[in-house]
Amino acid sequence: MMDSLAIDVRGMTKRFGGRTVVNGVDLQVKTGEVYGFLGPNGSGKTTFIRMLCGLLAADAGEGACLGFDVIRESAFIKRQVGYMTQRFSFYEDLSIAENLDFVARMYGVSNRRTAVRESIDRLGLGGRQKQLAGELSGGWKQRLALAACLIHNPRLLLLDEPTAGVDPKARRDFWEQIRELAGQGLTFLITTHYMDEAERCDRLAYLSYGNLLTRGTVAEVIAHAHLTTWSVSGPELHALARRLRECPDVIQAVAFGARLHVSGSDAQRLEQAIAPFRTGSHVWQNISPGLEDVFIHLMGNAKDNFSE
Amino acid sequence: MNTRTPLSFERFRAIVIKEFVQMRRDRLTFGMIIGIPFIQLLLFGFAINGDPKHLPTAVLLADNSQYGTSLLVALKNSNYFEFVREVRTESEAEAALARGDVQFVVTIPENFGRNLLRGDRPAILVEADATDPTATGNAIASLQTLIKSALQRDLTGPLAYLAEGEGPVNLRVHARYNPEGISQYNIVPGLMGVVLTMTMVMITGLAITRERERGTMENLLSMPTRPLEVLLGKIIPNIFVGYIQVGLILTAARLIFHVPMIGSIPLILLVALVFIIANLAMGITFSTLAKNQLQAMQMTFFFFLPSILLSGFMFPFRGMPEWAQCIGEVLPLTHFLRIVRGVLLKGNGCAEVILQLWQIMLFAIIVLAVGVKRYRKTLDE
Ligand SMILES: Nc1ncnc2c1ncn2[C@@H]1O[C@H](COP(=O)(O)OP(=O)(O)OP(=O)(O)O)[C@@H](O)[C@H]1O
Ligand SMILES: [Mg+2]
Repeated sequence: MMDSLAIDVRGMTKRFGGRTVVNGVDLQVKTGEVYGFLGPNGSGKTTFIRMLCGLLAADAGEGACLGFDVIRESAFIKRQVGYMTQRFSFYEDLSIAENLDFVARMYGVSNRRTAVRESIDRLGLGGRQKQLAGELSGGWKQRLALAACLIHNPRLLLLDEPTAGVDPKARRDFWEQIRELAGQGLTFLITTHYMDEAERCDRLAYLSYGNLLTRGTVAEVIAHAHLTTWSVSGPELHALARRLRECPDVIQAVAFGARLHVSGSDAQRLEQAIAPFRTGSHVWQNISPGLEDVFIHLMGNAKDNFSE
Repeated sequence: MNTRTPLSFERFRAIVIKEFVQMRRDRLTFGMIIGIPFIQLLLFGFAINGDPKHLPTAVLLADNSQYGTSLLVALKNSNYFEFVREVRTESEAEAALARGDVQFVVTIPENFGRNLLRGDRPAILVEADATDPTATGNAIASLQTLIKSALQRDLTGPLAYLAEGEGPVNLRVHARYNPEGISQYNIVPGLMGVVLTMTMVMITGLAITRERERGTMENLLSMPTRPLEVLLGKIIPNIFVGYIQVGLILTAARLIFHVPMIGSIPLILLVALVFIIANLAMGITFSTLAKNQLQAMQMTFFFFLPSILLSGFMFPFRGMPEWAQCIGEVLPLTHFLRIVRGVLLKGNGCAEVILQLWQIMLFAIIVLAVGVKRYRKTLDE
């Protein structure tokens, strides 16, 4: 059913001066879903989101966002989308209350005063509403921005790294709020670099150098990668990792805290490859790979593709 | 299907309110807005109000009668003229004037005393360097009476009849270099237009580029807003700023410079509204064209220069070559100067004002239309 897709776009492409930054990306996000949008720096996440809400003109692509044509009807899309920019983009020389009031007016929110007051209360900024936005700490700016994005009751929220620089407690609160809103039927497209946040998403997509490499639920994404992973603990992991990387069947050997994750795409050949190293004082354990193993793998692959 | 959002008064109002608050917080800019008319008045005011005295004067004295001497004493006592040197020949006098060593050359010709007593009304020649007419105006104005009263003291008894009628001497003043001479009253009203041109264009010139550079444009563009709402929303609050400047200058013109105000002040205020809007529109359009604040400043400057040079503020409009006049006719300042001088000094009314005012309006509309057209609705370059 068409209606159940909040975002349904195909072939979205953006070039900056001949360089293709988003390359034919298809994305389907269901209504009420929390969709994670991941990828290394410069992979085109922000650019893609900007095209969705009409901030950048797409060079190619088609589809619908909230049922409106993503290319031609961005005026309608804008009214029902809350876009939280990666960089704080509210007015630093306006106070918290003035910023919220401005946004509410711009969207023609009915019961503006009430909406602004409730938004401030929900933020827990009651005592500081007169403070200038520019004087807020980074984390508080993020919270203000989120509150401002929600004030006009949008149907779709495009959040570009909303939790960058936010402390763990606030991040937890933030995600609880998102879950609650998603339960009410709001749709979220969220970019993040945090693995724990990626794991909280219903589904995710991974973008690299403008290409969509994989997507699906966390389990699907992991399964698609076809990785076998061993976790190693013991002394001198750094030296061990260096030697392991020389084996052709070892795709990656990555430090995870005090452990080393060694991954390969063929279980049997990986086991053969690591056999010579399993003699020392190291403890080896076959584990199921996590998202981070997969993403590191994807990043490595993408670089290969790029240099071809 | 109409995919455009209709114009919304509420959004327009949101922007107006926001701009007002930002303006209030931006002390530096606000200080500049008050400071610019202040400084300009001060600078130009010295030239106008100075009523300069002790102007360096050379004397070419070819007569040694007592009458010549007492004339010179009278000139000296007036404090306008300070005799800094004596020249012997016409060409020496000419050179001193040309170099700017002296402001005046006073020539008392041969046989001045004899001819005076004969009742021949001998000539006294006063040559003035009138490149800056405000510098020489008062001194020249005082000459006639000065000479008359000086000689009245000498021409007593049977000679008293010489002082009657046209006066005992024939005073000839040559205003050199700038024979028309701009009246000082021209300058202060003109200053109003110059100050407004400078500040209004600059203020809005930065308006859009500032949003871009601070990153707030991304947010503004993600909201459902129309270019006209943004542009007008940014123009309106600055009208008040313009009126503050108008008020400052008119008050100073009246109280400090005693500029006569024959015409209607409300009419001036109405014209000022149109003129302010025209300049704000010019600025906001620059703002949509410029890539950054520096470019916006440069554009402002390129607009300001011809405005001040070709509008008739600096040079008499009719004295300019035709091509310069053509450019001048396009500029709002040209028409504003004509209106303001006409209303204040000549007492012009609506009929005369309309002739110039529609040209300012046309300018504003065209420029704003370009701005709306060029306003970028996306973040694309
Ligand atoms: N206005 C622009 N002009 C030219 N190139 C641009 C522009 N905006 C982005 N790019 C380029 O497009 C690429 C993708 O940028 P984008 O900001 O979309 O990446 P991102 O995935 O959001 O990265 P990050 O995780 O660092 O936020 C980058 O290489 C960037 O340099
Ligand atoms: Mg980004």
